[in-house]
Amino acid sequence: MSNQTATSARHRVFSFARVSAITANTLTELTRLKVFYVLLLFALLLIGSSIFMAQFTFQQEFQILKDVSLGAMSIFTSLLAIVATARLIPQDIEDRTVYTILAKPVPRFEYLLGKIAGVLLLLAISTLVMSAVFLAVLYMREQSVMHMTLRHMSAAPREQVDDALRAIRSSALNIDIFPGIIIIYLKACLLATLTLFVSTFATTNIFTIVVMVFIYFIGHLQATAREYWLHEHSSGWVTRVFLAIVALFFPDLQAFNLVDDIVAGAAISLGLFLKTAVLGIFYTTIYTLLAAFVFYGKEL
Amino acid sequence: MTRLLLVPIILVVLGAIKLPIEQDLAVSHRQENFRGVEFNLDLREKLGQLGFVAALSGFRAIVADGLFIQAHVAWEQTEWGRVLLLFRQITTLQPRAILFWDMAAWHMAWNASVAAMNDQTQPRVALRVKAQRECFALGKDFLERGIRNNPDRPQLYEALARLYKEKYKDHERASEFFAKAAPLPGAPSFDRRFSAYELSYCEGREREAYERLRQLYNEGEKERLPTLITRLKFLENKLGIPQDQRIPNRAL
Repeated sequence: MSNQTATSARHRVFSFARVSAITANTLTELTRLKVFYVLLLFALLLIGSSIFMAQFTFQQEFQILKDVSLGAMSIFTSLLAIVATARLIPQDIEDRTVYTILAKPVPRFEYLLGKIAGVLLLLAISTLVMSAVFLAVLYMREQSVMHMTLRHMSAAPREQVDDALRAIRSSALNIDIFPGIIIIYLKACLLATLTLFVSTFATTNIFTIVVMVFIYFIGHLQATAREYWLHEHSSGWVTRVFLAIVALFFPDLQAFNLVDDIVAGAAISLGLFLKTAVLGIFYTTIYTLLAAFVFYGKEL
Repeated sequence: MTRLLLVPIILVVLGAIKLPIEQDLAVSHRQENFRGVEFNLDLREKLGQLGFVAALSGFRAIVADGLFIQAHVAWEQTEWGRVLLLFRQITTLQPRAILFWDMAAWHMAWNASVAAMNDQTQPRVALRVKAQRECFALGKDFLERGIRNNPDRPQLYEALARLYKEKYKDHERASEFFAKAAPLPGAPSFDRRFSAYELSYCEGREREAYERLRQLYNEGEKERLPTLITRLKFLENKLGIPQDQRIPNRAL
């Protein structure tokens, strides 16, 4: 009896160790699925497009390279977030792993938190690797253009050469790209937690993926629907109810598409970046809590 | 089951909480020149169904780049109508990309206008000149719309100034746009000089041009470039500036 009391006293309501064990296991599982092949595809896309774009001027080349890289980063992280998360719970139920874990003194919230943390870690690694590949390709192209310019302008005055090099550097790497990449990651985190929430009441991962594809498109339309609902009062009640549903139930995914304008030259202020990041974290937290709420009531 | 019924209620409550936050963020984004593209029927007609869906899904920049590559091919094949159409779509999708506005104006005002003037299928010179003027106007229109979308960046003001100078031979307007570019962040130092040079060609504004050039000259050696000295000398002679007030000849 005293042994049992000691054990329950040692058992904590929330344990980071338990969560991190589930996180590490989830990450290992996802890695075994060879999801990192996506990164190879990304590298090939970048290197291929940079070779193809050599016929453009350096401004055009850098603009397209940045657009393609960041666009690919956005689509790959979003896909990875949805596909990797959609299979987490259904797969564990099918393999009966969930019963083994939950039979131990592991609260359901910890199980979910560990699972989603594994996906978020995977997304962080992928984003970091993709960013490194992107920066390496951009740097190589920048160096190549600079060498070519120096060769062509060998007879030009020093001031003109400096101006030309400055123009190349300013077209290549824009420091605002980094907050843009963080926002891409936050969007992927949001999609991952939303997928987790959908998967808590879905029965198959195919259903979850299909629902998430719809949510992805509707989420990008949410801002338009919201503004129409809030400012346009001439439409019929059916339209208004529909718009209200879209505005209230779905996240505003357009808020996380800042990178297009950043590449085009728009500067993002710290305040705006923080506001966007806070919204991303807010959504991520809310969907995780909602997923836990539904998962607690799920019959296993 | 009760939990599943509670979820929509929680979502509505959270939706009501997040709505003002999202709305405030959208306003902040617009104030800092983000979210400049309105997704409406007009855009859908311009882009087609597939392009619109892609743009809507957050791949606006990639769609614009794809169209830009198509425009590049159309330019190589001298299909000017297609170049114009594609650049209209590109600039609608990426209104903050200076490069696209600049390229669109350059293709129209410099390339298409020359092609129109050399058009062997049009025997009447008057119609060729008319077509050429239309191309200039298209280039000007791209730059003006580009400036409206990017009023804080100097490049398009400079491009419009060059267009007025080289194509319309309107030195007054060229001077005006170089002057507008000069105080903007990131503007090169030559904008102020170029504005004064252009003004020096305007009949009746020589005194103003002289004062601006003289002010630049007085700023030091860095501004005393050969063109500036030549224009200053020209104006000194034209305005009959007293010998003791003129710049020294050795400066030449």
